Amino acid sequence: MTTRMIGERVLRSEDARLLTGQGRYVDDIGNGALEAAFVRSPHAHARVVDIDVTGALDVDGVVAVYTHEDLPPGLAGPLPLLIPHPALTQPRTAHPLVRDEINHLGEAILMVVATDRYVAEDACDRIVVTYEQLPPVVGIPAARDGGDLVHPDVPGNIAAHLVQEVGDARTAIAAAPHRLELDLAVERSASMPLEGRGVHARWDADDDSLRVYSSTQTSTSVRAALAAALELPLGKVEVIAPDVGGGFGVKIMHPWPEEVLVAWAARNLGLPVKWTEDRREHFIASAHERGQLQHVSVGFDDDGRLLGLDVTFWHDNGAYTPYGIIVPIITATQLLGPYKPGAYRVEFTSLYTNTVIVTPYRGAGRPQGVFAMERTMDAIAAHLGIDRVAVRTVNFIQPDEMPYDHQLLFQDGRPLIYDSGDFPASLAKVLALVGWDDFEAYRREARVQGRRVGIGIACYVEGTGVGPYEGAHVHVETTGRVNVATGLTSQGQGHQTMLAQIAADELGVPLDRVFVTTGDTRRFGYAVGTFASRTAVMSGNAVALAAGKVRAKAKRIAGEALEVDPSDLEIVDGNVRVKGDPAASIPLATVAVLSNPLRYAFDLASQQATQFAVGDMTGPPVRAGEEPGLEGTDYYSPIRSTFANGMHAAVVETDPDTAEIRVLRYCVVHDCGTLVNPLLVEGQIHGGVAQGVAGALYERMVYDEAGQLLNASFMDFLMPYATEVPRVEIDHLETPSPLNPLGVKGAGEAGVIPGMAVIAAAIEDAEGIPITRMPISPSELYELRTSEDRENAPVARCDDGASCHRSRYGGAGEDGSDADQR
Amino acid sequence: MKPSPFAYHRPTTVDEAMDVLGELGSDAKILAGGQSLLPLLSMRLAAPAHIIDINRLSELAGAKVGDDGVRVAAIVRQATVEHDRDATAAVPLLGQALAHVAHPVIRNRGTVVGSLAHADPSAELPAVLALLGGTLTLASRAGRRTVAAREFYLGPLETVLHPDELVLEAFFPRAPRGSGTAFVELARRHGDYAMCGVAALVRLDEAGSVQDARAAYISVAPVPLVIDLTAPVAGQQASAADWRAAGDIARDQVEPDGDIHATAAYRRHLTGVLTARALAEAADDARRVRAAA
Amino acid sequence: MTASDVSPDATYDILLRVNGVPRPVSVTSRRLLSDCIRHDLGLTGTHVGCEHGVCGCCTILLDGAPVRSCLLLAVSVDGQDLTTVEGCANPDGSLRPVQQAFRECHGLQCGFCTPGFVTTATAFLAQHPDPTRAEVVAAISGNLCRCTGYQNIISSVMCAAELIRQTDTDAVIEP
Repeated sequence: MTTRMIGERVLRSEDARLLTGQGRYVDDIGNGALEAAFVRSPHAHARVVDIDVTGALDVDGVVAVYTHEDLPPGLAGPLPLLIPHPALTQPRTAHPLVRDEINHLGEAILMVVATDRYVAEDACDRIVVTYEQLPPVVGIPAARDGGDLVHPDVPGNIAAHLVQEVGDARTAIAAAPHRLELDLAVERSASMPLEGRGVHARWDADDDSLRVYSSTQTSTSVRAALAAALELPLGKVEVIAPDVGGGFGVKIMHPWPEEVLVAWAARNLGLPVKWTEDRREHFIASAHERGQLQHVSVGFDDDGRLLGLDVTFWHDNGAYTPYGIIVPIITATQLLGPYKPGAYRVEFTSLYTNTVIVTPYRGAGRPQGVFAMERTMDAIAAHLGIDRVAVRTVNFIQPDEMPYDHQLLFQDGRPLIYDSGDFPASLAKVLALVGWDDFEAYRREARVQGRRVGIGIACYVEGTGVGPYEGAHVHVETTGRVNVATGLTSQGQGHQTMLAQIAADELGVPLDRVFVTTGDTRRFGYAVGTFASRTAVMSGNAVALAAGKVRAKAKRIAGEALEVDPSDLEIVDGNVRVKGDPAASIPLATVAVLSNPLRYAFDLASQQATQFAVGDMTGPPVRAGEEPGLEGTDYYSPIRSTFANGMHAAVVETDPDTAEIRVLRYCVVHDCGTLVNPLLVEGQIHGGVAQGVAGALYERMVYDEAGQLLNASFMDFLMPYATEVPRVEIDHLETPSPLNPLGVKGAGEAGVIPGMAVIAAAIEDAEGIPITRMPISPSELYELRTSEDRENAPVARCDDGASCHRSRYGGAGEDGSDADQR
Repeated sequence: MKPSPFAYHRPTTVDEAMDVLGELGSDAKILAGGQSLLPLLSMRLAAPAHIIDINRLSELAGAKVGDDGVRVAAIVRQATVEHDRDATAAVPLLGQALAHVAHPVIRNRGTVVGSLAHADPSAELPAVLALLGGTLTLASRAGRRTVAAREFYLGPLETVLHPDELVLEAFFPRAPRGSGTAFVELARRHGDYAMCGVAALVRLDEAGSVQDARAAYISVAPVPLVIDLTAPVAGQQASAADWRAAGDIARDQVEPDGDIHATAAYRRHLTGVLTARALAEAADDARRVRAAA
Repeated sequence: MTASDVSPDATYDILLRVNGVPRPVSVTSRRLLSDCIRHDLGLTGTHVGCEHGVCGCCTILLDGAPVRSCLLLAVSVDGQDLTTVEGCANPDGSLRPVQQAFRECHGLQCGFCTPGFVTTATAFLAQHPDPTRAEVVAAISGNLCRCTGYQNIISSVMCAAELIRQTDTDAVIEP
């Protein structure tokens, strides 16, 4: 009867609601609110010379038009720099509305508030902004050149420069028996959740309080940011993340200009105001990630053992740095993967360009690091003529070397120390899963049929469960219902189910009595947010700890009521009972009543509880240090991150004629420690793999030299359909983390991290051509095959930039096309 | 992204549609399937003052199969023709091409005639019409005219249609006896606009040797490009014909543009490769038809 | 009144039969059907992901056939039958086979694309009650999902076909 919930493939409690159209995403809320739209810059780099709003004021239904001049002092300055860092010597952030200089296509210049979005857009159309265009800086080479500047006072467009080293890599490389250099590139992509951003704000004039719904990954931080920006007491601001249609990192960024402006407008106007981002806005005004150029220099011995690794990379951070330099720091540190690098030196320069800001996208810099490391491993194998698996094996950190200290600082500012993992075991599993040893026979057979196939492998380590903390509150009501609240948020990961499983196990109650709330500052006020694959580690353990407190209190109170020692009690199926004597029991609901020495019996539960006596008359009803109620709050704050790991293998086929690339098999071995709900973990891996394959073969953001985003729509930004995503075969390894009571490590980003690396490896294996740049399309593979100068093989671009007729919907900044179309 | 305001008209007879269109001319856009028009309206890349919704013109709702071919009237949905066994038996190339047009859900609303009139160089149906030597019937208050496919298309999204004219129907002729057809295209994702597409027709004689081979191209030319490729394969047995040589001829005749999905050189290369594949498939189709007869 | 006199601000009183229920509503000519369903009729289960017809989140059934509601003007479908995701459940709100299958096979995560898949799958299975995996993939290949990587969605549709057979239920409730 008492099934342990942790480890079970429990179906989600979220689903019935979502499947019947009863979800509450931010645009579903608050019908009848005023709606905002923005006039956004059509130019990548410009100054605003004049703004004429007279046309907009005539539009029926327009309520307000705001420019920077209308903003109060709290909103007139630049938005906050969320994560400063000593190496980020030239941070810059945007103003909520452009003050004078525009630094990327899509920056918001005016906000219009109207009776509905249609009218608001009509008004935006009638606003005339005069610009003085400035030379745009687009792409890493142009930024690195430093000829033109994004920010006039940032020399060389350098936002940050950081060198980290352990040992003397350059000397080690120079002295090594073998040396290689690689130049690699990863193009820009984006999270692209199917629900864009959205904000709905209500000002309560009776109460002087603000409630904001935002499609965010961090409601507590948005709350703090809004309180500061609007100069409101924190206690007068509530932020709720409702149902959120995916985040994948882009919604961790905060506060967005739109969040502060819509909240301010609601207060200013005394009316509810909402903004629902449309897809074009999401492309040009949210955030991107991934774009880097990398140079690797490596020294190794005859067995492929790394003696020195020296990596230099350039990171495109877009026009501003509100999220700091977390992404390149993660690249720099996670690049090491499961290997011992010998001496290691990593240097990065984070550069400004006149493009949308860069903030974490699932993987958050790890895919780029893994790409560099795994291409290097394959290059070493090719150079020495030895097996790619052998090269990796010889460099692995061994299980008995755990915990392994890389002597570097990780993204949380704490030492990069791997806590657990058995890399040889993970590798053995993935080789078995994909049938590595049988591949050559398969390749020969395929060749006879005129087919070209290749196999690749890629390994990664992922720091998860980054702090500083998460907390949870567990509360047993007098009905027996258990409310669990945690402050971080959900975007489809099944947190309500997964955290309920933990609470149910720790407290000893049936799963269907547990109700979890996430991301609502009214219910839990201290949190960091959902990112870095941290929920199971952070909130999972916090829930376990909080539930543990409630269990202990319940046993103490029940012990008094039953006149037994609490250590003789257990909680099973929501009843506190004496071990070995199930008849001697009290329902948890009754214990909840007993925990609150009220005078009045409101309900049946209270009346029934009067049969029990607790406490003694010699002390006060609520003893010193105690509180009424059967509830507990606790926090989990780890000494440092846990480290999950995984190994992927892929088999691809390339068409000798058309250069089409098909993934025939995709195998994942994954170690995230204890699996709370394997069904949900597999779902996360499937989704991550789809994004990994997409990043390898389909998705790139294409900016032209003028900073126009040429593919700002789903027509031309190629997210894969079901037909483009391979079946994913998964095997798990569970090496529990010693760092937390549940032994969990994170799972959210795992699927995507080695995608580019493993597919590049497989294509290279099929073609015999070095693949050094991702993503790759059939056109690019064809050009590599036929080009003599492979380093400069043509990448698909418009022959004639802005007037390319194939861009059906134009670049996002273009004027309307010829009206004779049908 | 919401459309700009427009005045809306919904005629219920063709005569009424002619009157409205005659009055409004280039101030109006026709709304049939709307699968191409609506995104343009929502993105405000088009902002016509008037929209004429022709979806209630029941006179234009039929597809008729005759001895000479298939006539498809203005508001017949692509899915309707795709699932019309008689129509696809009479003109198999229609069914072969429609399978590549966007996605089934788009085909549920998009119209055959609408796609022909829109004249997107990446659209499959204009190439089918051109290859088969089909025609379009245009009407205005001034009267009707029939225009051959090869004269209808002027450039990307540009046709001979006057501002006050409506396309009433398209006529797809049956291919000559002994013909087989095929449609082959390569797109980045399933259902995307093709990087290169080929509609092919091969006619065999009683002995199975090639009498006629031609192809029409999408995405590599500004209008549907029809190329006669009979020369390198004339008289050869279909099962062993030199389709690659035909492909090379086609490859050397196209001058495609490059874009963010494919370079010009790659599109040219694909033209050669896909031509060979499409002609071979069309030849197989011809042999199958002959065997079934 | 001539054609030129028709005002762009005119409103039209239309009647949509939504999930079997007649719903009169007053709309301007440019009101997209997706916005009409969500905001004028209060049926927010249909979602808007792109407004250019690619993502499929807005897919509903028009006279039983899946269409993109973001590519339709509300006024254009006056008098026609619409089925939204809300209409794919039982009248008491309990799950029908397609929805049940999605739950059992973990075919949804954030749920934003899900209504489009539910309507598409419901219509597909009504026409193809015994599909192969390849046919299912082709049927759903016009809908984007960012969370699931599609694997469990495909399983869900296969599972739904099986559930429909077992329970002898209709995939769609006839209006």
